[in-house]
Amino acid sequence: MSALFSAGPVREALISDLIVVLVLALFLAAGWAARRNEIWREALVGVLRRRRYSVLVLSLYVFVALLDSVLWVGGAHSVTSTGADKVALQEARSPLDRAFADSSEKSYSAPLSRVEFYDVSALARPGSHVFGTNVLGQDVLYLTIKGARVALLIGGLTSLIAIPLALFFGILAGYFGGRIDDVVFFVMSTLVSMPGILLLIALIMALGQSTFSVCVALGVTSWVGFCRLARGETMKLRELDFVAAARSLGVKDRVILVRHILPNLMHLVVITFVLMFSGLVLSEATLAWLGIGVNGSWGQMIAQAKDELSRDPIVWWNVVAAGAALFVLLLAVNRVGDALRDVFDPRTRGEKL
Amino acid sequence: MLAYVVRRLGYGCFVVLGVLFFLFALFFLVTTPDDIAQRALGEKAMPQVVERWKENHGYNRPLWPGPGHTTDNLLVDHFQKMLTFEFGNSDADGVPIRQRISEGALPSLLLTVPMFVIGITLGIGISLFVAFFRETYIDRLGVFVSVLTMSIPLLLYIIGGQFLLGKMLRWFPVSGFDLHPGVLARFLALPILVGVLSSLGSDVRFFRTVFIEEIFKDYVRTARAKGAGEMRVMTGHVLRNAMIPVVTNVVMAIPFLFTGSLLLEAGFGIPGLGSLTVEAIQANDFSTLRAMVFLGSLLFIFGQILTDIAYTWVDPRIRLE
Repeated sequence: MSALFSAGPVREALISDLIVVLVLALFLAAGWAARRNEIWREALVGVLRRRRYSVLVLSLYVFVALLDSVLWVGGAHSVTSTGADKVALQEARSPLDRAFADSSEKSYSAPLSRVEFYDVSALARPGSHVFGTNVLGQDVLYLTIKGARVALLIGGLTSLIAIPLALFFGILAGYFGGRIDDVVFFVMSTLVSMPGILLLIALIMALGQSTFSVCVALGVTSWVGFCRLARGETMKLRELDFVAAARSLGVKDRVILVRHILPNLMHLVVITFVLMFSGLVLSEATLAWLGIGVNGSWGQMIAQAKDELSRDPIVWWNVVAAGAALFVLLLAVNRVGDALRDVFDPRTRGEKL
Repeated sequence: MLAYVVRRLGYGCFVVLGVLFFLFALFFLVTTPDDIAQRALGEKAMPQVVERWKENHGYNRPLWPGPGHTTDNLLVDHFQKMLTFEFGNSDADGVPIRQRISEGALPSLLLTVPMFVIGITLGIGISLFVAFFRETYIDRLGVFVSVLTMSIPLLLYIIGGQFLLGKMLRWFPVSGFDLHPGVLARFLALPILVGVLSSLGSDVRFFRTVFIEEIFKDYVRTARAKGAGEMRVMTGHVLRNAMIPVVTNVVMAIPFLFTGSLLLEAGFGIPGLGSLTVEAIQANDFSTLRAMVFLGSLLFIFGQILTDIAYTWVDPRIRLE
C-alpha cells in the first residue's frame, strides 16, 4: 500500500506535466464559461477590473511555474568528470534549470557578494547571485523561482483531488437525502472531528512521504468543508421550482443533477478553489516546519531559517526570498478570492468597489 | 433540551467509534505493524530484530478477533486502550503516554488560554470598530491589513518575532519555558503575542462580515429611528444579535485549547501537548500520535455539543429538539 504513494520516476513525470494540463484546462474552462454565460462573463470581467495587479501577479507565478514544468532530456550541461555530474546529464531539465545551469557555489554567499560568506574565498561566479546562495551553494533566486511550481502543484493537485470528491458526495447527499445522506454525513463528522493538522500528520506518516501523499493527505482533510457547503446548497436547490418542474416533466435524476444542480454550484467551486488554495499552501508550510513537507517548497526554505537566523553573522536572504515569494502569492490569491466572492454574491453584485 | 443533548451525545459516541476505526485502519491496516517496526528500526533491520521489537511493543498479536484470540488482538486492544484513556506506552521510549499527556496539559493551557482570551477580545473590538466605519477608507484599510496579515504563514511570524523582538531588541527571551511564576510571563509573552497577531486577521475579517450583515437589518434602523446613539446601536443591538456566528467560532475553539498549538510550542520550546506531538512525529512514535488524534477528536465532539447548548443561551429563539 505504501509503495503506491512512494516517489517514482513515472509519477514525478506525470505530476510535473500536470501543471501544464491544469493551467490549460482552467483557461479553457474560464473562456468557455464566459462565452456561454452572462453571469460568468460579468464575474470574470469584474475580477479582472477590481484586482488588476493581483491577477497580473498570479499570471506571473503561473508563467514561471509553466517554465519549470516543461522538461526534456538533453542539451549541454557543464560536465566535470565527477560521477554525480554524469548522472545529472541524463536528467530531464526545464528551461529554468537550463537558465540557471552551473550557478552553484560551495556554500553560503550573501546577495550579489563577490566572496563566500564564512571564509573569504572568491566565488565561482562573483556578483551573479541576486539573492545569494544557500548552505549547499545553490542559487537562492533559482530555488525561489522553482518553488512557484511546487506551490501551484500543492494547491492544484490537492484541489483536483478534493473538489470533485466533495462535489460528488455533497450533491448525492443533498439531493437524495435519506440513507445516503446519513452515511455521507457520518463520514464527514468523523473526518471533521479529527483536528486538521493532526489528521494530516497521521495520514502522511501512514502513507509515507512524497509529493503525492502530501497532496492526498491535504485532499482528505480539506474536502469536508466544501462537501458540507455543496450538500447544503443542493438541498436548497432541490426545493426550487425549476427542479420541481424538471422532475414533473419526467426528467431522470441523473440529468437533473448534471443539467440543473451542478451548473448552479459552479460558482461555489470557483470561490472554494481560490480560497482553499491559500490554505493549502499555508498548511504545506506548516508541514515543512515539522519536517514532512514537499521537497523544494518555500515552506522548506523557511523552515531552514530556524538555524540560519541563529548563526553569527546571520543568513537572512534564504528566508526573506522564500517568505516574500510565499507572501506575495498568498496575498494575490486571497485578494482575488475576496473579489470572486463579491462578484458572485447577489447582494454585492454590480456594486463598484 | 435534555433529550436533545442525550441524542447528540449518542451520535457523538458513534462518531468516536468511527474515529477509532479510522485510526485502526490507518495505523494497523495501511501502515502495518511491520511498517511501524521498520520505521523505528530502519530499512535494513534483521527480521529477528523486527519480530523482537513487535513483541516488546505489543504489535505481534493478530489484527482481528478470531477463534482462540477473541480479546487478545490488536483491534480490541486498540479500542480498549483508547476508551479507557490508558493509551499504553510510547513506541519510542516506553514512557506511559497518559503520564506525558497529563504533564503537557498545563504548559499548553498556559499558552493557549491567554492567547484565546486576548485574541477574541481584540478581534471583536477591532471588527466592531471597522464595521462602525464601514465603507470609509478606515474600513477598507482594515480589510486590506487583515488580508495582508492572513497571507503571512505562522512560521514567518514565529521566526520574525524571535529574531526582531527576541534577538535584536532583546525584549523577550527567544525561547524556553519555566513554570516558576516570576519568569513564566516573560517566556510566554512572545508566543502569546505571535499567536494573537497571526490569527487576528482572519478573525477580524470574519467578525466584520457578520457585523456588517447585521447592520443593514431592519431592527437596526428601528433602533436608530427611536434615537439610540450609534455606540448603543453597535454594542447593544448589533453585537448582541451577531453573537450567534461569533459564538460558534468561539466555543468551537475552546476544546482545542487543550491540544495546544503545534507550531508555537515547537517554535518556542514550550513542553506542552503540541511539542509532544511534534516529538512523536520526529521519533516515528505512532502510539502517541494515535492517542493525540483521538483526544483531539473527542474534544471536538464535546465542543460541538457545547456550541449547540451555547446557541440557546445567546438566542432564546432557538429551541433544541
